[in-house]
Amino acid sequence: MTTIVDETSVLRVLGDAFPGPVRVTKVAALTGGASAETCAVDVVDGAGVTHALILRRSAGDPSMVFDPGVRKREEALTQAAGARHGVPAAEVLAIFEGDVSLGDGYVMRRLEGETIPRKLMRDDRFAGARKVLIDECARALAAIHRTPVSELPLAPAPSVTSQLDTLESLHRGFGVPVPTFSLVFRWLRSRIPPARESALVHGDFRTGNLLVDERGLAAVLDWELVHLGDPLEDLGWFCVPAWRFGSPLPAGGFGDRASFFAAYERAAGGSVDPDHARFWEVFGTLRWGVICQWQAFAHLEGRAPSVERAAIGRRVTEVELDLLLLLEGKL
Amino acid sequence: MLDERPSAAELIAAVAEFLEKEAAPSLPGATAFHAKVAVHALRIVERELRLSGELERREIEVLRGRLDRRDGTLEELNRELCRRIENGEIDPEDAGLRAELMERVVARMAVDSPRYASLVRG
Repeated sequence: MTTIVDETSVLRVLGDAFPGPVRVTKVAALTGGASAETCAVDVVDGAGVTHALILRRSAGDPSMVFDPGVRKREEALTQAAGARHGVPAAEVLAIFEGDVSLGDGYVMRRLEGETIPRKLMRDDRFAGARKVLIDECARALAAIHRTPVSELPLAPAPSVTSQLDTLESLHRGFGVPVPTFSLVFRWLRSRIPPARESALVHGDFRTGNLLVDERGLAAVLDWELVHLGDPLEDLGWFCVPAWRFGSPLPAGGFGDRASFFAAYERAAGGSVDPDHARFWEVFGTLRWGVICQWQAFAHLEGRAPSVERAAIGRRVTEVELDLLLLLEGKL
Repeated sequence: MLDERPSAAELIAAVAEFLEKEAAPSLPGATAFHAKVAVHALRIVERELRLSGELERREIEVLRGRLDRRDGTLEELNRELCRRIENGEIDPEDAGLRAELMERVVARMAVDSPRYASLVRG
C-alpha cells in the first residue's frame, strides 16, 4: 500500500493539538493492514518539544478483512473513553473525518514496547513482565468493562443468538462441510448464557494486540472490533488456543484460567462462572475457524489472491482439534 | 497415482527443498516470508499425496457406519453428517460421534499440521 501521508496532511489533521508552529520531522509507514494504515510520525511543536505519534487511518478495501469493525471515529472515541476510565491505552490527540487526502482516522501518542508473542513468551528481558501480565490483563479488562456505556458511540448489543446466526450463515455460505463445526454450533446453541447488562467489549483483546514492556502491560491496542455485549466474551477470546502461540498456558499463553479469572474477579468484583467463560472460549475458537475459512475463500474467489490466505485454509483442521479437546476439557 | 519416479510427492518435496534452502534465503523480507508459507503449503501437498488414500478409505468406512449407508463419496457423506447434526437427528453430545470426529481430525492433522502444539501435547 502506498502511503499518501505527507507533512501538509499531517499538520492539517493535527489541527490545534499542539502549540504552533508545528514541524513534521518523520513519517514512516508501519503495518499495512488490509483495511487500515498505520504510520509513525514525529513532530516538534512551537515550544521545541518533540512528540512521537501514531497516525492510523482507513485505507484499502474493507471487504478484504473478515470484520472491518467500527469506523475510525468510533474506534478513537472508544479508546479515549477506555483510557479515561483506567485502561492502559495511548492518548488520542486528534480525530479526522473526510480529510481530502487522508480520509478517516486519528492520531495518538506512540508508546514503546513489544507486541510479538514469541518474543514476549521467550525473551529474558520480559521475564519480569511475564510474572505480572495475567494480573494486569485482568485489570485492563475490568477497566474496559467498567467504562460507562453512556459515553460510547456504539450500537446496542446484538443477542448472542444473532451472533451465532451470523457466524453460522457465513460458515455455511462457503459450502464446505466441517462436521466438528456443525457439532459445535449445536453445542453452543444449547448453552447460551443468560442475558446480562451489556458492557464495552474490546473484541480483540489477545496476545499480539498487547503492547508490553519490561515492567508489564503498557497499552491495549487495536480497538477496531469494539462493541457492546457480554464482557465474558473478552475473557473467552483471550484464552482461544490460536492466541497461545504454542504455549501450554491457556490464558493468552501466560497463565492458567483459574489465576486469570481470580485476578479479573478481584479487579471487577463479582464472580466468573467458568462454564460461562468456557462458552465464549469455544465460541471464539469456532469464530477463529470461520475466519480461517473466510481467508481461504478470499483467495479462492479471487478477491485477495495470496499463498498466505490459501495456506490458512488448512488451519481449519487445527481448529477442529482444538474444539474437540476443549469440549472434553483437555485443552 | 502413476508409478513413475520421482513420484508426485517426491517432486513436490524436491521443489519445497529448493524453495526453502536455495531460493528463500536470497529473497527480500516480505517475499522471503511468503516463500516460507509456500514451502509450508507444499509440505501439506506432499503429505496429502502420501496419506490421502488411506485417510479417505478410513473416513468413508466410519461415515458409512455412522450414517447407515452403503455408498457415497467422502464429500457427500460429510455433507450428510453435517445435515443430520444440524437438524438434530444426531445428538452433538453423542460420545461415539465425538470419538469418530476426533479420530478423523487427528488423522487429518498428519497431513495439515503434524507439529501443532495441541496435537503434540495431546
